[in-house]
Amino acid sequence: MNLRGSVTKIAIRGVLTFGLVCLIWLAWAGTGSVALAADPTGLGGTADTAIDYVWILVCAFLVMFMQPGFAMVGAGFTRAKNAGNFMTKNLMDFVIGSLTFFFVGYALMMGGDWHGLWGTDGWLMLGDYYDVDKYLNMFWMLVFCATAATIVAGAVAERLKFKAYLIYSVVVCAIIYPIYGHWVWGGGWLSSLPLGVGAVDFAGSGAVHAVGGFVALAGVIVLGPRFGRYDKNGKPRAIPGHSITLATLGVFILWFGWFGFNPGSTCNAHHLRIAIIALNTNLAAAAGGLSTLLISRWRTSKWDIGMLLNGILAGLVAVTAPCAWVEGWAAIIIGLISGVLMYASVKFLEARGVDDPVGAMSVHGACGLWGLFSVGFFADGTYGNYSVEAPYITGLFYGGGGEQLLAQFISGAVVVAWAFATGYLTFKLMDKAFGIRVSPEEELQGLDIQEHGTPAYPDFLAMPK
Amino acid sequence: MQEVGERMKKIEAIIRAERFEEVKEALKGLSYPGMTKSIVEGHGKQKGLKQQFRGTTFEVEFTPKVKLEIVVFDEDVPQMLNAITRSARTGETGDGKIFVLPVETVVRVRTGDRDESAI
Repeated sequence: MNLRGSVTKIAIRGVLTFGLVCLIWLAWAGTGSVALAADPTGLGGTADTAIDYVWILVCAFLVMFMQPGFAMVGAGFTRAKNAGNFMTKNLMDFVIGSLTFFFVGYALMMGGDWHGLWGTDGWLMLGDYYDVDKYLNMFWMLVFCATAATIVAGAVAERLKFKAYLIYSVVVCAIIYPIYGHWVWGGGWLSSLPLGVGAVDFAGSGAVHAVGGFVALAGVIVLGPRFGRYDKNGKPRAIPGHSITLATLGVFILWFGWFGFNPGSTCNAHHLRIAIIALNTNLAAAAGGLSTLLISRWRTSKWDIGMLLNGILAGLVAVTAPCAWVEGWAAIIIGLISGVLMYASVKFLEARGVDDPVGAMSVHGACGLWGLFSVGFFADGTYGNYSVEAPYITGLFYGGGGEQLLAQFISGAVVVAWAFATGYLTFKLMDKAFGIRVSPEEELQGLDIQEHGTPAYPDFLAMPK
Repeated sequence: MQEVGERMKKIEAIIRAERFEEVKEALKGLSYPGMTKSIVEGHGKQKGLKQQFRGTTFEVEFTPKVKLEIVVFDEDVPQMLNAITRSARTGETGDGKIFVLPVETVVRVRTGDRDESAI
């Protein structure tokens, strides 16, 4: 019996081992045959592709450098007692985003399309995806994903638990950003709407900024306003940030980084349209800053620097979708309107008890939507769908009819619904599970000491209460 | 000791930070042994200031001021008060206050000298 038992065992083991070897061999043969299509070595490169690679990579590095821009704006607009916490959150959304997007996000966003809803392959960039083209695209999409993620940090600043921010970062980089991203950029259903050329969003007014903005709005609503933001009668009171200087540095860094964000989105150095995109980006930033400053002066009789900073960002966000398809004068109009819209949005939200310390929702959400819509008005029919060839994109004001505009409206409505709903669910579920807001004592003391063990400026600044 | 206390006074002047240089100039050449300056926060009858940040106003209840502390002999007090008042004044609310207090004892830490010889 014993002998028989062990023989059976050996036989079973043998069969299992054989099966396993066969499976491994099949998998190996499978990836081997696919690997013929993939090019991890980069042997297929030519001088032409090399120019594209350098262009896309340099632009991607610029977009990555928008991370410190966001960090400085947010830190400058909030109080010194939370600056260390804010820096940690800004570092960690890039850390978590980099890994999560590699494992899951990229596959869902850019993998082979399933019924227009999501991508289905490319997990961990294995097999066919171990390829210089795919890695280039993955890196490009990653820095955009991390931009969407970091937008939210400013809105939930000074009161969101660090742990909640880590979990939020995983969710936004694994699901929220990649899914809507797939719909517009990954061959999903919005990009194939039978209206105009389908919904378009050149560098992500919607896919990056509106996603970040509406997730931020959801987070802020779940969290509630900071202590002291409203007086006993519910009247809004400003909580001044600790460094206008840092905030200004941040805005300059973002403005500079945007010259990678927008022109790089051609993903092709051979589209000389990059010159037009760069100038349009700059014009809208300037126009957004100007209109906001003038409104501040008119409404409050002060040349409000905080609003000016937000206004410049508003212009940049708005022009991100249309920058490749419009003329310079249109970029100025788009920027001017974005400043007005941002200012109105800040006042509107503030009056309704929504405390967004850096104006993330107003800058990225409201102006992101405006950017999407503006394509449908101002696209002038001189540039195609990431292509110098037809079909060119033409908006209402250039005789293109309302079709493209309608596609843009649909995309805008979808991004609001998707980002707000998933964002709300994420923050609400975490809140039910462990409470996402720090204790009142910790909020008053500042998050730096309780969460991270040290203030940001232990030897430098007195901490006002 | 009581005798000494009557002979020395401490002047505490709370003034506008931006007038400090003027006050310092005005005190030059007057007879006083030393001065301590600190940056303080406070408010008077007018109760703070309105400022604005990102389009919304907020109240600064405690505004930054400079506090000067000077210990002098009684006979030097009037000229000190004159000089400080003249140089610190702008005529607007928030110019500050000066307090004069009796001093009981003075000790020079280096030598342990007391009172007149310590001042």
